[in-house]
Amino acid sequence: MDASFVVRPWQVMPFGPGSITVVGLLLFSLLMHGPVQAQDTGIVIATDSILPVTLDEVILIASYRRALEHGAQQKPLSTLDAYLESSRKVSMVKRGAYAWEPMLNDMGSNRLSVTIDGMRIFGACTDVMDPITSYVDVSNLSEVHVASGQQGAEHGSVIGGAIDMRLEKSNFGPDGWTASVETGGETNNAARILGGELNYSDDRFYVDSDIVYRKADNYVAGGGEEVAFSQFEKYNLSANAGYKVSEGQKLLASLIIDEARDVGYPALPMDVSLARAFIGSATWVQQRFIGGFVDWETKLYANSVTHIMDDSQRPDVPVRMDMPGWSDTYGYFSQARLPMGDHQLLLKLDGFYNRSLAEMTMYPNNPDESEMFMLTWPDVRTLNNALYAEEKWSFDKSTLSLATRLALQKFHVADALGLNSLRIFYPEMAERQTRFLKSVSAQYHTGLKPFRLNGGLSYGERAPTVSEGFGFYLFNSFDNHDYIGSPGLKNEKAVELTARLTYPHEKFDISLEGNYFHTIDYVIGQVYPELSAMTIGADGVKIYENLRYANLYNVSLDSRYQLSPELTWTGVVSYHRGTDQDRHNLPFISPLSYSSMLQYSQNKLNASLSMKGAAAQVDYNPEFGEDQTEAYTVFSFAAGTTFTINDHDLNVKAGVENIFDKYYSTYADWNNIPRMGRNFFMTLSYAVN
Amino acid sequence: MKTIVNTWALLLLTLFLTACSDNADDPVSLEANPLEGFNLLSRINSNNHTLEVYSEASQLTVGYNELYLRIRDQATDTYLSNADITWMPVMHMADMDHSCPRSLLSPTENASVYKGFAVFQMPGNAEEYWDLTLNYQLDGQSFSVTEQIDVREPADALKRVNVFMGSDGTRYVLAMMPLTPAVAVNDFSAMLFEMETMMSFPVVEDHVIKIDPRMPGMGNHSSPNNEDLAFDPLTTRYRGKLSLTMTGYWRINLMLQNANGDVLKGEPITETNENSSLYFELEF
Repeated sequence: MDASFVVRPWQVMPFGPGSITVVGLLLFSLLMHGPVQAQDTGIVIATDSILPVTLDEVILIASYRRALEHGAQQKPLSTLDAYLESSRKVSMVKRGAYAWEPMLNDMGSNRLSVTIDGMRIFGACTDVMDPITSYVDVSNLSEVHVASGQQGAEHGSVIGGAIDMRLEKSNFGPDGWTASVETGGETNNAARILGGELNYSDDRFYVDSDIVYRKADNYVAGGGEEVAFSQFEKYNLSANAGYKVSEGQKLLASLIIDEARDVGYPALPMDVSLARAFIGSATWVQQRFIGGFVDWETKLYANSVTHIMDDSQRPDVPVRMDMPGWSDTYGYFSQARLPMGDHQLLLKLDGFYNRSLAEMTMYPNNPDESEMFMLTWPDVRTLNNALYAEEKWSFDKSTLSLATRLALQKFHVADALGLNSLRIFYPEMAERQTRFLKSVSAQYHTGLKPFRLNGGLSYGERAPTVSEGFGFYLFNSFDNHDYIGSPGLKNEKAVELTARLTYPHEKFDISLEGNYFHTIDYVIGQVYPELSAMTIGADGVKIYENLRYANLYNVSLDSRYQLSPELTWTGVVSYHRGTDQDRHNLPFISPLSYSSMLQYSQNKLNASLSMKGAAAQVDYNPEFGEDQTEAYTVFSFAAGTTFTINDHDLNVKAGVENIFDKYYSTYADWNNIPRMGRNFFMTLSYAVN
Repeated sequence: MKTIVNTWALLLLTLFLTACSDNADDPVSLEANPLEGFNLLSRINSNNHTLEVYSEASQLTVGYNELYLRIRDQATDTYLSNADITWMPVMHMADMDHSCPRSLLSPTENASVYKGFAVFQMPGNAEEYWDLTLNYQLDGQSFSVTEQIDVREPADALKRVNVFMGSDGTRYVLAMMPLTPAVAVNDFSAMLFEMETMMSFPVVEDHVIKIDPRMPGMGNHSSPNNEDLAFDPLTTRYRGKLSLTMTGYWRINLMLQNANGDVLKGEPITETNENSSLYFELEF
């Protein structure tokens, strides 16, 4: 069971995450820093003192309400994407300055579950320009839980893991009215950020509301080159409320409205004129449930995403086109825990129904010709119902957790035009299909003084995504191919091994973590040379197929050293490798990468100097549009302090990113678009208590 | 209240139906009109008969036309069956006359309705025109009538018929069968005729019509899983499958091969050759 689920608040262990670098990086160590203790940094390992068995990573998104944590963030008003990128395990695929796609264990959206308080949401863009993380803002969240591999099975049938974003709630605290205003600016892309929140909470009732607005112009890469079409504008509104019906019975509700307009995607041939989500839920929480079950939580939710891609701002396109997409999801889950002395059971029933529809209309240059229209997602209805069960045993010096998820997933291609389109490729294709998805995992944790050892063995399956199964001429500008879905794809199955060895010490801790995924029927696009590319300028057509298998390894070393009570150093080094059955490289696998941070914190003053970088990408795959990404190292600095004015806190934070204005891009930057050059930022937060 | 409304509705319906039947004192229209929904293109009065030419289309156009004919006896105001009819459309050009590929006229399920098709190669114009000669026998008596007919380019001006000289020295007429295109795999067929003489256009058998649909407006891309047209002796048509992956303007590039595989007309689409000289067009 996800430790975070069982016991809150978290007890943050003093040892940190990360792994690191023992030797090599020690050389850098004076400069580095890293994620540190939870209170200070943002990143902690989710463990709790009772059942520390999972290897969750928790990214704290501190609001100004929690001034201490807030002040400790390197860049408190950065986008959620930047928070995620600061994580040890998550890397971000960038197609521009906005809506980065999280990757975990070198696996992207198709192999992950991304949820908001356990709610499933699916992006409405056929080209993954709207990962779910783009529809929330840091103002909504208190923390993000990152669970690797089958440890994320609580949230869905996944291979790579789960990212669950937890909404911030006052939770019946005795705070009364609280409010805060926050503003920030950045020099590089003239970003201006304005936010505020207003909350009321007492022991029977609370309501939280917040709003944030961000607008940014084009950013400038290192060396001064402006990256055209990298602007964005968004606002996000959210409210959540709770009512204590009786002691032990709570009714909660939440609503998020997120809307981005005029979002440029410099790495892609199209931009987005509108990306909007409505995300709502109602939850019943009851302390005692039937029998010995406790912590019964039942949530009903619905969300609706609209995503409009267009190229109207681009000066020179071969053919104008519109590509709107819609994704609506309705879902539920109900879960309860059964403690039984030294072991406990978690049972969870969940399900969702999703409708994904996307169109493409192309306008011929000859105005007398008819518009060209196709369905790129043929109104695919996905129905998934699942049972998740997790049993945990606590032994003398160890814990064991066994978990399983059994899911029934149905697809229905509801649009006749879309079905007939796909039948051009697959004449025998059925309108409906049903898949049975299984997952089992065992996680073990033991203390072997002076070490701690975590190990896990799991098996999981996932169904193809809508794009993989039913996509129709989806253009991928990275490998410059049109992609066709394949409804007959087999489920992808992974056997996963994880291990983590930690040496915790009062002032110094270090841990080595590794995982290995042997993925059978790995889904990936294969070139079909006889097929003709639809998109003008594309090199060809790929169809999603199952590879016999693929292997992925991730190894990381992280460490923390408390140099003095005020000064902490952290660092992480990680190595990743992914190959298919013929030992060809898989695309989007990180090269050797590292990060390090030196952090100073005393009273109300804090400062950090950080470094991150990667070695050259030696193992890349040109067939997927990859070339060798060069090595880079970038440095950042931030400092902040808090003033108290009439009992209210004013937090000021300023810093500079990419201090040496390095021109660089990473393996995960779509079409090698360069990252932001030197950027000064400053945020002001004023909290009224 | 509900009952009253229902009763009223029933009453009105009855009245309406009765009214309709009252009008039907004409014995012919008592039976359902077999050409209900068809368009009357031409009405030719001759020999105390009215010859009515119908089509699903509202106009005779260049390409394949399916036509229906009825003979109305002006004296009895009834449609006549058992006529033995032949027809001959002729194009009167400045320097020559020629006919067009056509079927025989044969009775349909309803013996008073005769059906056939004609493939017009060209439209009429100010100086050149088509006429239609109908010869028919009724009860041993022969009749003949000739009337000018109006054949036009289709309103969308899309190419549905090709008239060409093959590399074997034969003149061919290749006509696309009418198609309501859909984003799907479409049943696609065409008819191939040889211009034996100016007036005789027999069906050509056992050739192959290779198809390569392209979208010139979108990079001239093609579609997968098309099936070349092969001769079907039953219908005397060439039949195959046409995949259309999206709506819009499609040019169906063609190559005509004889049974030996010799290309008689048309060119393959390559990097340097964007289209074939033999083609049909579709837009939807």
